[in-house]
Amino acid sequence: MQGLVWKFGDDIDTDAIIPARYLNTSDPQALAKHVMEDADPTFPQKVQPGHIIVALKNFGCGSSREHAPLAIKAAGISCVIAHSFARIFYRNAINIGLPILECPEAAEKIAAGDEVRVDLNSGTIYNLTKDETYQAAPFPSFMQDIMDKGGLIGYVQWRLQQQ
Amino acid sequence: MGMTIAEKILARHAGKSTVKPGELVNAKVDMVLGNDITAPVAIKEFRRIGVEKVFDQERIALVPDHFTPNKDIQSAQQAKLLRDFAREQELTYYFEVGRMGIEHALLPEMGLALPGEIIIGADSHTCTYGALGALATGVGSTDMAAAMAIGEAWFKVPATLKFIFNGQLQPWVSGKDLILYLIGKIGVDGALYRSMEFTGELISALSMDSRLSMCNMAIEAGAKCGIIAPDQVTFDYVAARAKRDFTPVYADEDAEYEKVITFEGADIEPQVAFPHLPENTRGISEVGEITVDQVVIGSCTNGRIEDLRTAAQIMKGKKVAKNVRVIIIPGTQNILRQAIQEGLVDIFLEAEAVVSTPTCGPCLGGHMGVLAEGERAVATTNRNFVGRMGHPRSEVYLANPAVAAASAVTGKISAPEEVM
Repeated sequence: MQGLVWKFGDDIDTDAIIPARYLNTSDPQALAKHVMEDADPTFPQKVQPGHIIVALKNFGCGSSREHAPLAIKAAGISCVIAHSFARIFYRNAINIGLPILECPEAAEKIAAGDEVRVDLNSGTIYNLTKDETYQAAPFPSFMQDIMDKGGLIGYVQWRLQQQ
Repeated sequence: MGMTIAEKILARHAGKSTVKPGELVNAKVDMVLGNDITAPVAIKEFRRIGVEKVFDQERIALVPDHFTPNKDIQSAQQAKLLRDFAREQELTYYFEVGRMGIEHALLPEMGLALPGEIIIGADSHTCTYGALGALATGVGSTDMAAAMAIGEAWFKVPATLKFIFNGQLQPWVSGKDLILYLIGKIGVDGALYRSMEFTGELISALSMDSRLSMCNMAIEAGAKCGIIAPDQVTFDYVAARAKRDFTPVYADEDAEYEKVITFEGADIEPQVAFPHLPENTRGISEVGEITVDQVVIGSCTNGRIEDLRTAAQIMKGKKVAKNVRVIIIPGTQNILRQAIQEGLVDIFLEAEAVVSTPTCGPCLGGHMGVLAEGERAVATTNRNFVGRMGHPRSEVYLANPAVAAASAVTGKISAPEEVM
């Protein structure tokens, strides 16, 4: 996947990703209309399918609302790269099949507007604008299994079939 | 090598003799929880799995507490999804408005969160039940759906940080202040992916209500869970309530901790967290002159009877400041009734505060006290992110019930001593 980067700072919380005032629905497309708007009011209008979010530490802290990764995914974001993720956001992203990568070097060096190419299998991130390559740690095989089955629901279906 | 409380609970529920930090395990869960925001997504995902029935009708709790009593038509539709699902699946623990409370005040009160258990909830403040010696942690809706189907969840075994609190509690200091102080020291990601164990003479002296407040905000340090080993306070609390048998779990003598951090009670005065992160803490003596438009006393953090008693003790015989709105939200129907019986509600009404039915309401900017642009609140809630209680240009200061009540009287963030 390859796309233009939106850059955010530390501790982007789930209220910034999707404020609770919009949580009277769980329709991903309706949520996507307001995604990130309290962090950057122009984001919902300007984000294009394939764009990539890069953030610093503790992305997705706060609430357990799965509406946050759902809204990001529905807005067409292809991948989120961060220095670190809050733990519930991290597992939600894996469970719903939103690609994420933890890579402090990429989070620090990639700037807003850079063009970035991501290889999820190898965890390699190539910055076309700066001609730099960063390496994210690969996922443990257990999580890779969940992602390979399209998320946790696919994984549970597979487990039930095994029984 | 010995295990910490979290490691031991995970090992037991995963059917293993031992687990190590970093290991990924599938573990059985004792209770699965969802609310009117998160359960609708979970129910949709549950349908996709293709199983007919939940794994156990007595181990799922659905609590419509966030936008209830229904704040608008869309919220009513969401709440109805829970009600219909609960009826279809014949769930024992669906709590309708009238029996409902704020989920993390309600489950301990109902004896549905017990020592040694694993409880997952599609709500980040599920970590509250660590106060009872459980491994309790927030998950997403898809996790909830999977657990409703198979009674298991996947976990990465967390490393454990041990926090020792020595000494005595200073006046007006509660569990809320201990956790705010801790978050101020280690930051909002200071315990990321970790289990926290709280121990020491100061923790032993804490009431259960105070322990619940403290563990409630473990997530605000990024932690998976915050646990207090069960003791007599725990057993006294669960004795008349427990709905299931349970097995308390303690850390081994030779358990391995990633870090041990010690705090002294003498250093901890009532804390205030400034916008827009819970780590922006200051002692009440260093707050300065900050006027407020609204005071909220309630939430899963501080809506318990002890919190209301403290607030009433301060507000008794006084009036709310002229330019301030005060909203008091008892956590459950039982707490509300107790507050009426003890005369606390009379004190609040006499002071010209509002007393509400249980709801999460204003804590997440839902309803029952949303802030306008430029307004400022001091709240006993748990988060002060941008826009948390309403307009993106409003502000929330977090504090304990004593500070919130004193601030209600003076109209600015105040130490309890200023009005007592």
